[in-house]
Amino acid sequence: MTPSKEQLHWMYETMVTSRRFEETIEKIYLEGKQPVFNMASGPIPGEMHLSNGQEPVAVGVCAHLEKGDIVTATHRPHHEAIAKGVDLNRMAAEIFGRATGLSGGRGGHMHLFDPEVNFACAGIIAQGMGPAVGAALSRKMQGKPGVAVAFIGEGAANQGAFHEAMNLAALWKLPFICVIEDNSWGISVAKKDSTAVARNDVRGAAYGVPGVYVEGNDPWKIFEAAGDAVARARAGEGPSLIEVETYRLAGHFMGDAEGYRPKGEKEALFARDPIPAMRKRLLDEGAADEAKLKELEARAEDRVSAAIDFARSSAAPAPEDALTEIFA
Amino acid sequence: MTQSNERKLTIARAMAEAIAQEMRTDPGVFVMGEDIATLGGVFGNTRGLVEEFGRERIRDTPISETGFIGAAVGAAQDGMRPVVELMFADFFGVCFDAIYNLMAKNTYFSGGKFKVPMVLMTSTGGGYSDAGQHSQCLYGTFAHLPGMKVVTPSNAYDAKGMMTAAIRDDSPVVYMFHKSLQGMGWLGTEQGASVHTPEEDYTVEFGKAKVVREGRDVTIVSLAMGVHHALKAAAELEKSGVSPEVVDLRTLVPLDRDTIRASVAKTGRLIVVDEDYHSFGVSGEVIASVVEHDISVLKAAPQRVTAPDAPIPYAREMEQFFLPSPAKIVDAWGRMKAA
Ligand SMILES: Cc1ncc(C[n+]2csc(CCOP(=O)(O)OP(=O)(O)O)c2C)c(N)n1
Ligand SMILES: [Mg+2]
Repeated sequence: MTPSKEQLHWMYETMVTSRRFEETIEKIYLEGKQPVFNMASGPIPGEMHLSNGQEPVAVGVCAHLEKGDIVTATHRPHHEAIAKGVDLNRMAAEIFGRATGLSGGRGGHMHLFDPEVNFACAGIIAQGMGPAVGAALSRKMQGKPGVAVAFIGEGAANQGAFHEAMNLAALWKLPFICVIEDNSWGISVAKKDSTAVARNDVRGAAYGVPGVYVEGNDPWKIFEAAGDAVARARAGEGPSLIEVETYRLAGHFMGDAEGYRPKGEKEALFARDPIPAMRKRLLDEGAADEAKLKELEARAEDRVSAAIDFARSSAAPAPEDALTEIFA
Repeated sequence: MTQSNERKLTIARAMAEAIAQEMRTDPGVFVMGEDIATLGGVFGNTRGLVEEFGRERIRDTPISETGFIGAAVGAAQDGMRPVVELMFADFFGVCFDAIYNLMAKNTYFSGGKFKVPMVLMTSTGGGYSDAGQHSQCLYGTFAHLPGMKVVTPSNAYDAKGMMTAAIRDDSPVVYMFHKSLQGMGWLGTEQGASVHTPEEDYTVEFGKAKVVREGRDVTIVSLAMGVHHALKAAAELEKSGVSPEVVDLRTLVPLDRDTIRASVAKTGRLIVVDEDYHSFGVSGEVIASVVEHDISVLKAAPQRVTAPDAPIPYAREMEQFFLPSPAKIVDAWGRMKAA
């Protein structure tokens, strides 16, 4: 399965949107945090986990999803939220903690929720697994179409919830896909120091779930693997497990000194930045010309600046609204 | 007042020093947790340990809390003294069975034949917009469940002595350290938490609250970060001629009810400051300790300055509205006087 030109254009534009969005957030996050870095300060407080480098996973998978399909993401959710079609203005406003945000400022960057496109997050490792499996169960019980995808990190595959949910999904033959983003780090702990097997796709065998490993952070290969899994799910053939080799270009969170990285790793990763690589391949293969790419990039920039403007110009929430929306 | 021989440590360093000293003398002590080796702990409390003791005794774990906390229970029962870290108290949900059904109960179930000498250290607290899965205190949740001691240091001196006592204790100890007291610059640190801390090893006895400021008119009882809010509020109230006494609980289990009662018997008024949720928790327990003992000592209804019964919000405006502060304690005094 290869992506059409239109799909490739969407994938590239979405990757660029995510990257520009995060580059902008990164700058604004540091406002008020220099020279002294205190997480509590600045227009965007709290932890900030950037996904730059991991955009191919989000677009390669979400290219196959529709609005009605379900996605659960993690503490590092921006790329997936954007690829799933979460409203960028309201997402930016949530990250800024504004009243116009997706949750009115209650959730922040680790807790993005958008029912319009069936998107949710969990800041607790692997805890997107259960809800995604449950959503798949709900569709099956209601006889409604839809696929549920849980994105997790490679570190999350060592958490009980991953294994319990995989078994459930297989046992009940649910339209569920677990996508593991293997950026090879769980904060400061390397995958090889935390995981007894080199690749998590083999763990699918424990539950009779087909597993594949996609190398190279390659949008085309990810698209293909996800296409197969989504087709299986839509055909009622049950769950799939995909692990994708990807790269975290930033620290675990902003402010991370990254002293645990081997020397030269960062430079090597930046040399393999998937966005320029995709751009080049689109040109080389004639899937887009320079003018088309510029158009996609300009549109991405525009969406990002509109979203940031929207967030910046939105009002802060009323403090006492902290005590609303607790119960339905 | 700076002493010439003063040795100010942050809580993070005080914790690491206590662990290192115990590890030097007791080969059974070892540490497990996420990012505690190479990184030295997200909150700095295991910094330097892997360099001295190596990876056999300082173990970075997978993100498998049920697995490694359960493993600590088994190792403790088999003669080791594990110190394990649950990075944020908020994460207790993925591993609570190992904590309250195993760690806390195996001594009892075995008729006292199995000891579970382990320390579970975990971070608490908000104030830096980390939202509702990374900012909770959950003091009441842990303290509610019998079978484990629960301690909450407010300064480096106590932090070191309590860690040493916790490691030497034959019972399981939940050691809850507040992020804003750690001395990690990126969390913005309460300066009052970094105090003189002797180099030689010593213990701080569990079950002994401390009067950290003497006064006549009102007793402010608190723990961890709240103690610093209380001290600031007391300094403010003093300006208007009020003389508050501040009690640092230090240990939740066992709770030093005598010190609370004695202080309130003297002042006749009680304000409890707790960053944990309002209902079913520490603040209610402290008030009950007084009123069920002798209600006649009270000159006014007790007041509570606590987090409301809601998830902790992200936005700064909402979170600041939500959390206890010195100003809210001063307000509580105002309500008490008016009442
Ligand atoms: C149950 C639980 N344990 C620990 C954490 C703290 N934590 C946040 S992110 C993280 C590392 C996650 O690694 P991985 O799953 O590979 O995702 P990545 O950060 O690489 O995207 C950890 C340990 C948490 N949020 N939840
Ligand atoms: Mg990872």
